[in-house]
Amino acid sequence: MKLTLKIWRQKNFKTKGLIVNYEIDNISPDMSFLEMLDVLNADLISKDEDPVSFDHDCREGICGSCSLFINGQAHGPDRRITTCQLHMRKFKDGDTIFIEPFRAKAFPVIKDLVVDRTAFDRIQQSGGYISVNTSGNTQDANSIPINKDDADDAFDAATCIGCGACVATCKNSSAMLFVGAKVSQYSLLPQGQTEASRRVINMVNQMDLEGFGNCSNTGACEVECPKGISLDNIARMNRELMKASIKK
Amino acid sequence: MKNFIVTSIGKKVAMAISAIFLMIFLLQHFLINITSVFSEDIFNMLSHFMGTNFLVQFILQPILIFGVIFHFVMGFYLETQNRRATKYEYYKERGGANSTWMSRNMIWSGLVVLSFLVLHFIDFWIPEINYKYVEFLPEDPNRYYEELVHKFENMWRVVFYCISFILLSLHLLHGFSSALKSMGTNKSYASSIKNLSYIYSIGIPLGFCFIAIFHHLTH
Amino acid sequence: MSKKKLTFSLNYRRPKSEYKSSDELMICIRYYHKCSKTNKTKIIKKSTGVKCRLSDWNSDWHKSSSRTPVMDSDPNHKKKNKLLKEKVKTFDINELFMNINNDSFSTYINSHLPKGDLDKKWTNHKNTINLVSPANKRNIDVIVVGTGLAGGSACATLAELGYNVKAFCFQDSPRRAHSIAAQGGINAAKNYQGDGDSIYRLFYDTVKGGDYRSREENVYRLAEVSANIIDQCVAQGVPFARDYGGLLDNRSFGGVLVSRTFYAKGQTGQQLLLGAYSAMNRQIARGKIKMYNRHEMLDVVLVDGKARGIITRNLVNGEIERYSAHAVVLATGGYGNVFYLSTNAMGSNVTAAWKAHKRGAYFANPCFTQIHPTCIPVSGDHQSKLTLMSESLRNDGRIWVPKNIDDVEEIRNGNLKPTDIKEEDRDYFLERRYPAFGNLVPRDVASRAAKERCDAGFGVNKTGEAVYLDFASSISRYGKEQALVNGEDENNEEIIEKLGKEIIKKKYGNLFQMYEKIVDQNPYETPMMIYPAVHYTMGGIWVDYNLMTTIPGLYAIGEANFSDHGANRLGASALMQGLADGYFVLPYTIGDYLSDEISTGPIANDTEEFIIAEKEAKEKLDTLINNKGSKSVDYFHKKLGKIMWNKCGMARNKKDLEFAISEISKLRKEFWKEVKVPGDQNEFNEELAKAGRVADFLELGELFAKDALERKESCGGHFREEYQTKEGEATRKKEYQFVSAWEYVGEPKDAILHKEKLEYKNIEVKERSYK
Repeated sequence: MKLTLKIWRQKNFKTKGLIVNYEIDNISPDMSFLEMLDVLNADLISKDEDPVSFDHDCREGICGSCSLFINGQAHGPDRRITTCQLHMRKFKDGDTIFIEPFRAKAFPVIKDLVVDRTAFDRIQQSGGYISVNTSGNTQDANSIPINKDDADDAFDAATCIGCGACVATCKNSSAMLFVGAKVSQYSLLPQGQTEASRRVINMVNQMDLEGFGNCSNTGACEVECPKGISLDNIARMNRELMKASIKK
Repeated sequence: MKNFIVTSIGKKVAMAISAIFLMIFLLQHFLINITSVFSEDIFNMLSHFMGTNFLVQFILQPILIFGVIFHFVMGFYLETQNRRATKYEYYKERGGANSTWMSRNMIWSGLVVLSFLVLHFIDFWIPEINYKYVEFLPEDPNRYYEELVHKFENMWRVVFYCISFILLSLHLLHGFSSALKSMGTNKSYASSIKNLSYIYSIGIPLGFCFIAIFHHLTH
Repeated sequence: MSKKKLTFSLNYRRPKSEYKSSDELMICIRYYHKCSKTNKTKIIKKSTGVKCRLSDWNSDWHKSSSRTPVMDSDPNHKKKNKLLKEKVKTFDINELFMNINNDSFSTYINSHLPKGDLDKKWTNHKNTINLVSPANKRNIDVIVVGTGLAGGSACATLAELGYNVKAFCFQDSPRRAHSIAAQGGINAAKNYQGDGDSIYRLFYDTVKGGDYRSREENVYRLAEVSANIIDQCVAQGVPFARDYGGLLDNRSFGGVLVSRTFYAKGQTGQQLLLGAYSAMNRQIARGKIKMYNRHEMLDVVLVDGKARGIITRNLVNGEIERYSAHAVVLATGGYGNVFYLSTNAMGSNVTAAWKAHKRGAYFANPCFTQIHPTCIPVSGDHQSKLTLMSESLRNDGRIWVPKNIDDVEEIRNGNLKPTDIKEEDRDYFLERRYPAFGNLVPRDVASRAAKERCDAGFGVNKTGEAVYLDFASSISRYGKEQALVNGEDENNEEIIEKLGKEIIKKKYGNLFQMYEKIVDQNPYETPMMIYPAVHYTMGGIWVDYNLMTTIPGLYAIGEANFSDHGANRLGASALMQGLADGYFVLPYTIGDYLSDEISTGPIANDTEEFIIAEKEAKEKLDTLINNKGSKSVDYFHKKLGKIMWNKCGMARNKKDLEFAISEISKLRKEFWKEVKVPGDQNEFNEELAKAGRVADFLELGELFAKDALERKESCGGHFREEYQTKEGEATRKKEYQFVSAWEYVGEPKDAILHKEKLEYKNIEVKERSYK
């Protein structure tokens, strides 16, 4: 396949970026999208040009590193996958592909397509945990039975890989789906109840502090989420926060 | 509670509460107006009640005005905040691939509805206030129907009303379920909410259009 | 034996005449040992970790009254001589020979094993080791490199205990460590299923699965703490799979006869890592952990022989930074990427471990690599990594190739579909060869069997390197069961298929989806294609019972160390080991060392050792940037991978390994001459980071091959073609029942071998049979 790539190039977060065109040939439909970029980079290196930087690590859709906005969609045109799982068979010979970084004020660009997503880490640090020490004396794992449906819902919320596609896709750059998923996971489990109020209040406050936008329930995040995290988690977070605020 | 309102979720919930309040008002407004199609007398009676009842006039009406102003001021405020959060624009963005046009353009549909409200105030509310509280004209329990019919004589006004109602319909198609979601409704109600949302958001604006066109054509 | 027999010498690896006077050589302690049986004298050497320029070496040192081997011309002569004296003082000859057979000469390595009965050792050890008081803990810094399951859990627990932790990872967040990709599950001897599981059984299975090449005491401890891990994780909010009664569910895994694996769909690693990450977050919020994202460790710094800090490169702006602490913990994972294509993440690397090795930590069993049987086959040259599918698939999938070579041809040409092959024309080779365990044999056995079939020409894809994993019979079996439960017609094929697929979807839905996305075939309709791929490295930095390496104050945990899996790891044991090390072992054992450090005070990071190490790291990067060669880093990495896979892969032999050693050595020379790294040092530069990692892989690969060459037996993941039975099974040898711990002296192939003898007092060493 022959393709025209329009890639966002930006030296670092201080400088301004721009879209640069690249032509690339001999792309096999069996390649993954990132392997296609590897080919481009090999070509750039051989021509003594600066290769395109992009975040990637596991290349099997679980680490959440890869973060490209491809042809106007986070993680490209396919659903329920990350960029590294996107294969070139989704494109046609002669296609023009726009490749941009995930954009949001809270995700400053580090270089080219690499963005800084530590805002997510800080949100989790503000309360995304259960305060239990590693003593080895915690009660037996089976001492509190958990309803299977709740356990499954908690798991579904917990599958979030923290890639930031929800923020990138949201027209408001809102991080509610990410935060909602984490709040939900703990609020559905008995272990998370003791500090539920504190957790949701702190996490929402930190989210606002990071400069993410507001949620207007467009539902785009749910559609683009590679793990299919449900919008219900946002509704649950709203409930949790209301509950917590009334209690307080 | 004070801290709740300042959070992004708090604002979202406040927006939803004002929206739900406005939707209830709209329903009530519609139910009264639709009577004009069947019976002049009932319409006049209800209008007179609403126009003269102390509770409605001096408690509910200020709340309503506050609700309207709150809803659009908050709407603007959130929109500017959101624009600030999305400082950088994409070169290529396919919003249609993952969300509806309505959900992405609430600010525009809202603005059209707002401009409609301005006209609506000029048409009905200001003359009404003028009649009652500025000039202190004598009460006439049968004047309402006449005024209504008179307004819909102009075709362009009817056209503008209808366009606004279409936009209102779009606004509601997202707004109805969105408001309930913001209030944290459980997923088990999702499908009923969706059905209700369609009935409400298409039915009511359509009804209003019908009223306007009906009176335009029959008089 | 007296210490008078000890002498110092320089460790010449080539004839003396080939050295220049400016060359630096390692100083060794020599000991002349006379074997009582054979009456032969053998020189035993042990590196001191001190280097000396040839021109500064005092060859008459033993004649001088002060006995100073390093002359005044060396600017550090005082320090060095003092250190050498110290080394002699602490050189324990009795220990050295305590454990050596008369026929094998080797330096003894002290594993610091506690005494007593196996099942009480850990408890006794915990009761007797030194502790650090809470008031002192807050004055002690610990560096943890790597934030996967082992590193993350260690950080969290050390911080909880009160130490000041500095945590480093090269990813943009600790949550992205490659532990996240583990799919299948985590073992624990909970016996919730009541199928006769116990600590001993888990211990037994692990030692047997590891082909009797793991340390008995470590494995027993691992089995002991395994149950606590599950309790801990549930308390942290890890959503394990549950049954309708609300209790935890289990599945079974390869190589064992009980159901002891806890899981969270196919994302167990993710859930456990996020659990450890959340525990870390809690401590970061408390200020007890200082987190350094996007930092790559370039070197470990030794002060007076103790690990006192690290040198890192900030991957965002390229700054080289120095960090000091009282102890350093490496939790940097495995080195599977030496094969280029592996199931490891693109960034997984050996740099931290290798740098530690170069500074004096022994590297143990580098050749023990696990090749995982159920990976998606390679599709072409462009391939950058391989995708693993959980071993749990083998619970319900049956592995086969066609019986007739003609059918294979037809399938490759696309004239036949696998579903067209009749039942009697299929060769379910695992069930045929291993009737007792069938498709659930351990990974190494399953991988080799698949390779054997493909080598015989029965591979079913274009490259001839794939076998089928078929779910059709499970679908119909489950479908029938479910039809019975639902009261539907159990003879209606359509209903059965529909119900069966639903059940398979519930169990493996995400794996099937992943397969379909990558291969573009629907595994519900046609069998999956699988082929073995490099997955896990059992070898790693040598550690003692306390998880301390041969450098005092330097610890290695998780996949980075070698201790628990022997020559082959059982499924769902990696997560168990990572968390056991991090949550329950290291935080206790590190106290034993740190209790001596309470009065040390803060460690300065501007001492000479730090500055020199920083300078060296910088120079190396400069060399790479300024090299301006003609070939990209990936070119060398791919080439190294090819050598490794073809010569040191699933089956090895003497000729290939010798060839590999010389090829890798050549490739390394070419790398330093021809490599091209674009960009600058002071910026975000992925190619530069990659170049540094590949440079270390090029050295490790050589040691890997050397280790494989020296281990003249087949065991676990290490299969030497010369040592096999007539049926092609591995022949293990009693005399190789030891850990090979390699000491770095210069060229990787010249490394000195130290042997740690393995003794099994609580388990009978048997032929590992899964028939």
